[in-house]
Amino acid sequence: MKNRSLSLLLATALAGGLSIGTVKAEDRFIIVQSTTSTQNSGLYDALLPEFTAKSGIEVRVVAVGTGQAIKNAQNCDGDVLLVHAKASEEKFVAAGHGVSRADVMYNDFVIVGPASDPAGISGSNNVATALAAIEKAGAAFASRGDDSGTHKKELALWNAAGIDPSGDSGGWYRETGSGMGATLNVAVGMGAYVMTDRATWIAFGNKGDYGIVVEGDDAMFNQYGIIQVSPKACPKVKADMGQTFIDWVLSKEGQAAIADYKRDGQQLFFPNADKQPSS
Amino acid sequence: MQDFGAAFGQAFALIAGFDPALMEIISLSMRVTFSAVLIACLIGLPLGAVLAVGRFPGRGALVVLVSALMGLPPVVVGLAVYLMLSAAGPLGVLQLLYTPTAMIIAQAILVTPIIASLTRQVVEDMHGEYDELLRSMGTSRVSTVATLLWDARYSLLTAALAGLGRALAEVGAVMIVGGNINHVTRVMTTAIALETSKGALALALGLGIILVGLSILVNAGLMGLRKSAERLAYA
Repeated sequence: MKNRSLSLLLATALAGGLSIGTVKAEDRFIIVQSTTSTQNSGLYDALLPEFTAKSGIEVRVVAVGTGQAIKNAQNCDGDVLLVHAKASEEKFVAAGHGVSRADVMYNDFVIVGPASDPAGISGSNNVATALAAIEKAGAAFASRGDDSGTHKKELALWNAAGIDPSGDSGGWYRETGSGMGATLNVAVGMGAYVMTDRATWIAFGNKGDYGIVVEGDDAMFNQYGIIQVSPKACPKVKADMGQTFIDWVLSKEGQAAIADYKRDGQQLFFPNADKQPSS
Repeated sequence: MQDFGAAFGQAFALIAGFDPALMEIISLSMRVTFSAVLIACLIGLPLGAVLAVGRFPGRGALVVLVSALMGLPPVVVGLAVYLMLSAAGPLGVLQLLYTPTAMIIAQAILVTPIIASLTRQVVEDMHGEYDELLRSMGTSRVSTVATLLWDARYSLLTAALAGLGRALAEVGAVMIVGGNINHVTRVMTTAIALETSKGALALALGLGIILVGLSILVNAGLMGLRKSAERLAYA
């Protein structure tokens, strides 16, 4: 019953869509499953037109959390994966969903907080000490809580600091379950500390009296990787065009385009492709 | 509260400048919304009328069900349609995920129960008045339904407008099945969500103001149409 009404809907929708027209450039496009941090920073708006002009291939970016991006790619709903959670990416490739993984670029995570700095951590470059101070002070901390790359990184940092914040969830530790920008909005709204990638922070337009309080710890390194979804696992995948895109991103030209992307005079991403796909 | 002033400024600048990106997003919003409501009317109007006139076992339960489905959470519909249209899903071969068609399907599912439910109420009330007359003329069930729908057409416009409002304002479902892809599946509501997450609150609110303005225009247009149609009909 449900199936039948759905296919009825489908048929009508198809007819409706056709009659209203505007069919876009047929199949010369790929779908890239990627993260909110790269989209919110504006990187794709700068990068993709350059690639499209050169290759004639349109790139359609679906920006979700890394966890959801990987899940969508496992469902074969994308041709290329560009995310930032190395362990999960390698698992994705090892399980046969991806062809291989290559480093693309990096930036770093920072902790931002209100000018009042209730935990007294401003100027710190030691994230473990800073997190311990936040916990000790019971200062509000907003977490993504959405299984994204940033969220996984944040949990790893708590773990390294020997703290399990999950017991205080709903208290000083507040999981928003949303994207990076939405979480920043929530944090600024309630005066909470929050960890963000530097690119999203620089591009973010609703900073209030917030500033970076912790930065420069090696543990806050943020590596982005790119993966071709495996045509073996997903026969429909546009492997040729996907590979063309990956090759360009990793090429001298693509890497230069990433380095050239600036907001307020600051470089947001640092290309570090080694041309040798790892694993 | 400086954001409100800035928002009106942004909204005005976008409209006055005929911002091409904005025009693209508006036209896709309109295309998706109107297609979805059209499909929902094609299904919901007859369904509602049959529920109003028909006497068959399970009718009561069906009426409750359709009425309850008015409250379908968009994000759940989005997820269900995603699972159906995903390459790993049963309808994956159609390759409709991340296309406007997928968004139309999701919104049609959301809007159909609203139109069906409101239609049932309108037609049921009218049926009470017309029942004897239609019966005395020996009208068949099918033409009863058709007659009642036709005679109730002006009231049913409100049902369509309610559906239109739902579709135009909806973000949860189209975000999941459309993917908010720039130039392909980005509509007004998903653009507002994106700008909000960028912290560009004034721009997001500006887009919201434009969306409300559009909704007013569409409603005014359709109601104006109804007024002049009524005048013609009774002139």
